[in-house]
Amino acid sequence: MIAAPETAQAGAALLDVRGISISFGGLKAVQNFSLALPKGGLYGLIGPNGAGKTTCFNLLTGVYRPSEGAISLDGVPLVGRKPYEIAEAGLSRTFQNIRLFGELSVLDNARLGAHVRGRHSFFSTVCRTAFYRGQEAAIRERAIELLAIFKLDNRLQEQAKNLPYGDQRRLEMARALATEPKVLLLDEPAAGMNPQEKKELAQTIRGIRDRFGLTILLIEHDMGLVMDICERITVLDYGQIIAHGAPSEIQKNPKVIEAYLGAE
Amino acid sequence: MVRVTHLIEQARSKQPSRLVGVGATLWPMVLAVAVGLLMYLLVGPAIGQFQSKILLVIGINIILAVSLTVVNGFTGQFSMGHAAFMAIGGYVAAGVVYYGSLKLFGDMNFAGGRLSHVGAADFVGPLIGKGDFLFLAATLAGGLFAALAGWVVGLPSLRLRGDYLAIVTLGFGEIVRVLLQGTQSQIQPWEAASLGKDAPVWKLPLMLGGPQGFNLLPTYTTLYWVWLWVVLTLVVVYRLKNSSEGRAFLSVREDEIAAQAMGVNVTSYKVRAFTLASFFAGVAGALFAMDIGAINPTDGGFQRSFDIIIMVVLGGLGSISGAVVAAIVITLLPEVLRDLAQYRLILYALALILMMILRPQGLFGVREVWDLALFKKIFRRGGDA
Amino acid sequence: MTQFLQTLTDGLTVGALYALIALGYTMVYGILKFINFAHSDVFALGVHLSIVIASILGIKALGDTGTPPWYMGALVLVLAMLACGAIGFLVERLAYKPLRSAPRLNVLITAIGVSLLFQNAGQLPWAFGVSPRAWPTLLPDGELFSIAGVKFRLVHAVVLATAIALMLALQYLIFKTKLGSAMRAVSFNTRTAALMGINVNGIISFTFVVGSMLAAAGGFLYGVYYGGQMKQTADSMWVMLGLKAFVAAVVGGIGNVRGAVLGGIMIGLIEFFGVQYVSDQYRDAYVFAILILVLLFKPEGVFGKATVEKV
Repeated sequence: MIAAPETAQAGAALLDVRGISISFGGLKAVQNFSLALPKGGLYGLIGPNGAGKTTCFNLLTGVYRPSEGAISLDGVPLVGRKPYEIAEAGLSRTFQNIRLFGELSVLDNARLGAHVRGRHSFFSTVCRTAFYRGQEAAIRERAIELLAIFKLDNRLQEQAKNLPYGDQRRLEMARALATEPKVLLLDEPAAGMNPQEKKELAQTIRGIRDRFGLTILLIEHDMGLVMDICERITVLDYGQIIAHGAPSEIQKNPKVIEAYLGAE
Repeated sequence: MVRVTHLIEQARSKQPSRLVGVGATLWPMVLAVAVGLLMYLLVGPAIGQFQSKILLVIGINIILAVSLTVVNGFTGQFSMGHAAFMAIGGYVAAGVVYYGSLKLFGDMNFAGGRLSHVGAADFVGPLIGKGDFLFLAATLAGGLFAALAGWVVGLPSLRLRGDYLAIVTLGFGEIVRVLLQGTQSQIQPWEAASLGKDAPVWKLPLMLGGPQGFNLLPTYTTLYWVWLWVVLTLVVVYRLKNSSEGRAFLSVREDEIAAQAMGVNVTSYKVRAFTLASFFAGVAGALFAMDIGAINPTDGGFQRSFDIIIMVVLGGLGSISGAVVAAIVITLLPEVLRDLAQYRLILYALALILMMILRPQGLFGVREVWDLALFKKIFRRGGDA
Repeated sequence: MTQFLQTLTDGLTVGALYALIALGYTMVYGILKFINFAHSDVFALGVHLSIVIASILGIKALGDTGTPPWYMGALVLVLAMLACGAIGFLVERLAYKPLRSAPRLNVLITAIGVSLLFQNAGQLPWAFGVSPRAWPTLLPDGELFSIAGVKFRLVHAVVLATAIALMLALQYLIFKTKLGSAMRAVSFNTRTAALMGINVNGIISFTFVVGSMLAAAGGFLYGVYYGGQMKQTADSMWVMLGLKAFVAAVVGGIGNVRGAVLGGIMIGLIEFFGVQYVSDQYRDAYVFAILILVLLFKPEGVFGKATVEKV
């Protein structure tokens, strides 16, 4: 149904972040953060609490504007664009502190994601033109298809706020996928899940990556999950990158161990 | 970008015949005319003159409450100046009808047909008169000017959140009132032959009666016109709510940051909500002015805005049928509770406070009457039997 | 020049009144982050309660012989403040407290409800009725002195002095007492304040009481300054007055106590100079034009600081 995206130029990073920084008051929340995410990559971003991981996501998605540095997605510069333009350009995300549209149904949450890919006008909406009907049907079909991946298609009409915690996280992913991103940013997707759920989640994340040819960057505290699925990992501490490499390298890196366990 | 065209292509493949779209566009108009005729020809005469008047006011209040639902319910902005848009629409329409009659027909008298004549039975003349076209044009002009004002007021919502915006809309309403009070006195009907003839057209929009209000307007508003617009308003707002666009409006209310992250241009949707709501408020104003035969600067003040807010809040911010029910109840209540007139607003005030504490989602929440469990139960039982 | 100085005197005095009301808006906003829409009605109540209290104390309206001794006026002021403080306490406990964790919109709607309740309950025959009521004579209407033709009346002095005294007292309360630091702590971060053992509900109630008392004082001084007939509680002029004070609070940076004082005086001056030198007709429009401009270009207020929403 949903086709794989156009292949980016070989070698070039799909999401290219170069030296972005931001401070709040005197606090340098993120300093000189860089990342080259190749197409199809599944990378991780880890670090102790308050290291600036979510702030990085907020910088990438335009919630905050970096004071310096550049971000480009598939060659398109993103700094200075509004969050909705960035979503349109193909960068979607989930939120650490779940931000679903609580009063809306599961189906509507997913359908809202697809809104950005549609063509809308007041006229076609109010007159219910033939094109409008076709588009609504297509949006509905896609939404249900995505919800099925996350096993949510049996509770389409339930209000999102009434879902159990784990399902809310899954719904956020389905909603983000409905925007047809090139790059998906997952902010602690496994938070609050039990080991069994985490295992399934790992499979699902790999599954959607392969199925949609996605590129994924995820923030996660569960080291088992990160080490299991991420190809490369970036470690942040006090807003600065302290290590970058394959999981096996990261596990052995003394700086990382120090950041997590404290200096001896 | 391949995938962008993809949804569109999938949409095209699922597209039904164009005729379906044409049909969907036309039937509400037919229905609107049919309901209008039904109300005017059958219901009105059947219930009597006094009750007809109430039915007419109910219709105007439904238009006001349902349109405000778009702003306060769907997008979760809080406009406290809805009556100001009504006043703008009313004044524009009144000006068009009053001075339009003067310039086109030579005087300010009623020139409509039977459909626009209050008390249909004893009217001799055509079904539709030349004045009706002027009235329809005036109603649309009122709506469009109000929409323009709504667009302007929606712009501050680019930067403002919640209660700040509420205060700005309130302030806007007061500015409108002050400006209307500053207009010059109107050309009276008996001055049509003398003053009216020579008055340059560009000066007429400034002569709207000032603090005394704009009076002695020819009255065109009948049950027919009101209920025609009620049906059109309901169809437009209902279709909007149940569409991809409508979900975008609702997402703004639910969580602006998440909506932005999903590609919804939050600002644009807020402005659209204001523009659309104001259009229908303007239409309601036109109907209101040409029903009473007069409109005052104070009609746009916040007292009236509050009345509409009460309807929308009690109906459940976002529920169209809830707003309709609340508009009906709140219009009827003063008639039923004649003796308690002085306690009426106190009751509303207490209802608002208690509602927020006990049932903050309003009577129906975002849902419609037919989504309620009780309704479903009755309906299903009926279906089974 | 005389004209200018006279306008300055009047603008300053009325500005001080606005500042008193603005303080109530800003204090409540600082702590609960919502616009207490009913604040202007507490102000109107302050006016009407002062009349009632004065008549209970046997002070008659203008036209009777003589003025009562000065302490009677002070007594009316104190009693009106106490009465409004009690009303503020009740409103907070009954209407706002149950909504502590509700969305801001719900609280705003409740505030509108409270406002409507006051306006219309005040109209009832057993309350203040629907016809205007005469303000009692509490002060001799004397001219204190005049410089270069500018009249400085006794009421100017009384209003300014009382307003300034109250504002200084508030400054002392907020910045120099333990209670004040608790208020600032709650305003800064309610949850942390609760963890530090501060009785948050108590502080919120206290803030409402203080805000309402200041509004009552504002109402009393309004009566003293303008005198004559006081309109009924549902008259839109009270809401307009309240809105002007709210604009003052916004201009001063909402939540900022010192800003509210400066904002109030600024609004008073702008209004009076606008009426004097531009046009009287659009009196109310100036203030809203300022509000809209400030919100569009400097929404944190002239003296406020910007905040960022946490995602």
